[in-house]
Amino acid sequence: MKYIDEFRDGDVAQKLAAAIRAEANPARSYHFMEFCGGHTHAISRYGVSDLLPANVKMIHGPGCPVCVLPIGRVDQAIRLALEQGVMLCTYGDCLRVPASDALSLMKAKARGGDIRMVYSSADAVTLAQKNPDKQVVFFAIGFETTTPPTAVAIKQAAALGLKNFSVLCCHVLTPSAISSILESPEVRQWGTVPLDGFIGPAHVSTIIGSRPYEFFAEEYRKPVVIAGFEPLDVMQAIRMLIRQVNEGRAEVENEFARAVSRDGNLKAQQLVAEVFEMRKHFEWRGLNILPYSALRIRGQFAEFDAEKRFPLGYASVPDHKACECGAILRGVKRPQDCKIFGTVCTPENPVGSCMVSSEGACAAHYTYGRYKDVA
Amino acid sequence: MTQIRKHYIRPLDIKYGQVDMAHGSGGRAMAQLIDELFAKYLGNEYLAQGDDGALLPHPGEGRLVMATDSHVVSPLFFPGGDIGCLSVHGTINDVAVMGAKPLYLSAGFILEEGFKLADLARIVQSMAAAAKDTGVPIVTGDTKVVERGKGDGVFITTTGVGVVPPGMELSGRCARPGDVILVSGTLGDHGMAIMAERESLGFESPIVSDTAALHGLIEAMRASGAEIHVLRDPTRGGLATTLNEIAKQSGVGMMLQEKALPVTPAVEAACEFLGLDPLYVANEGKLVAICAEADAEKLLAVMRAHPQGANAAIVGTVHQDEHHFVQMTTAFGGRRIVDWLSGEQLPRIC
Repeated sequence: MKYIDEFRDGDVAQKLAAAIRAEANPARSYHFMEFCGGHTHAISRYGVSDLLPANVKMIHGPGCPVCVLPIGRVDQAIRLALEQGVMLCTYGDCLRVPASDALSLMKAKARGGDIRMVYSSADAVTLAQKNPDKQVVFFAIGFETTTPPTAVAIKQAAALGLKNFSVLCCHVLTPSAISSILESPEVRQWGTVPLDGFIGPAHVSTIIGSRPYEFFAEEYRKPVVIAGFEPLDVMQAIRMLIRQVNEGRAEVENEFARAVSRDGNLKAQQLVAEVFEMRKHFEWRGLNILPYSALRIRGQFAEFDAEKRFPLGYASVPDHKACECGAILRGVKRPQDCKIFGTVCTPENPVGSCMVSSEGACAAHYTYGRYKDVA
Repeated sequence: MTQIRKHYIRPLDIKYGQVDMAHGSGGRAMAQLIDELFAKYLGNEYLAQGDDGALLPHPGEGRLVMATDSHVVSPLFFPGGDIGCLSVHGTINDVAVMGAKPLYLSAGFILEEGFKLADLARIVQSMAAAAKDTGVPIVTGDTKVVERGKGDGVFITTTGVGVVPPGMELSGRCARPGDVILVSGTLGDHGMAIMAERESLGFESPIVSDTAALHGLIEAMRASGAEIHVLRDPTRGGLATTLNEIAKQSGVGMMLQEKALPVTPAVEAACEFLGLDPLYVANEGKLVAICAEADAEKLLAVMRAHPQGANAAIVGTVHQDEHHFVQMTTAFGGRRIVDWLSGEQLPRIC
């Protein structure tokens, strides 16, 4: 397929792999975190790690929207569907995230909840138009990539004067998650998570640009290379990170220049700023409560805020005791280090959120890479 | 002179009429539906017997194969076919991949009150055409009607009977290390045709379902004398799921070559767009064959010579593996597992 095959070319991959082998210093090791689930998926699906020398290790980061969604938020969505009788619309991956009482949105649907999978926030607005006698709630999750479409949906609903549409806003911010990892004791004090640099997000960066990462490069002396989600993008970014490390540089570089600029998509940013404002704090799965790490709907659009329209208290719910999703999301553990990985927790019966989405570290390792554990 | 009045029943209004509860009552309305629609199009000497079951001739030597398949596809009509021909092809294929010559089909209809008779007629005509093309008659059937809202237009269950010639031994248990894996053509066409239609995605080049009966191709493959161990049609769950089933049944591992997998550019693009993997998308007119290594090239040539196998390809090999992993060498040069389908990719695909 044109414009896709070029970024998945096996011959180019072999040449890049040779270049990486030549440039990586055999006397040291390199530990890079790919922040995004999209990168995690590409690495596993195309077998990128098979092409890397043994001293270049990839650490999976927390950038999977479904994975960082805390149980308490899924519980709210389930309560909306089962107790408030709303038509709850959300993206497909959300449906299987385990929640309290052995429920998930999928199971709540089987219990009679009106839960719909949508491909875009606009579909939820259309459903609200078509079902004027039902309250329609869009369960909005995701990083900066999915936030502008939610803003558009809210503005559209306002323009249409819809009285039966609202949004349960769980949009989160990438820089906060990166800060949290860099500030974690495992990285900062104990050194148990060696971290030599980041592969920066692809789609998120098309919106926010490369500028927000400059702080991390300067303040924490960690190189960041923004990369596309194709496997050759990832390999090229790894090569660029190795060069920065070898040369003692810590800069923000942009491998994904075909889509990302320094300032990002200003129109989208403006739209988001118009509809949303910072939450003082927000609970993340694995990263706990992070200050100023998520968005809520501005007072001006309060009528479209499901948290204001419905009586929805928030209760934090701890993860399953044996589940290591928290540590895996912080890069402290690998999926195969979790006792219940592949035994109790499988893609069919996920216990933790990292086993749910194809972008989750556990699902990616289980689906594509678990042969390595038995080799 | 006595005059007997002419027998008069108002004919079924196929153009504007709808299914109502009486059509499933067992009474005159049902008899009329059967006469004027089912028997009219599907008619054959066995159906014409008009009894509760069809009385069939003894099939001669060999063993009987029987397979059944229910069809709930949504939408009922899609590019390349409809629920009618799909229900004929699907069951014929299930019988044929057992190595059997398909002989007869039965068809059970569950109709929803209010379903348009015009649509039903279109579906029955499509079944009739498929039965005629494939030479496998529908010899008995059943009709039930459920209230509006309790069904979704029409559900069709077909059962097929066939006979396996003596000496033919095909089973998912028969794959052996060293064997070669072939597919009969491009992957994922049916599933993506349904998906594109259902989501009204409006792709510029329409993707057409591959729904087809495969017994002709299978007969040619069998006649070639190649040592075939396994045949199966990769429907729901796609090639990936079918190969995992076989790997488990046979207690072997498999290694696919991503570069060898035939996928049309349209399906590849649609899958890319929707975040799907063609390996997991349903086919309705394709088969996977596992044969002895020595016969692989011969079998491939025979398949390619048949219209339904024109795009056939050798896609992988079987090896020993106690974990029964299906793996793939990616076009990128890495290696990965090709796992069972997890969850539900595309509901109501067939």
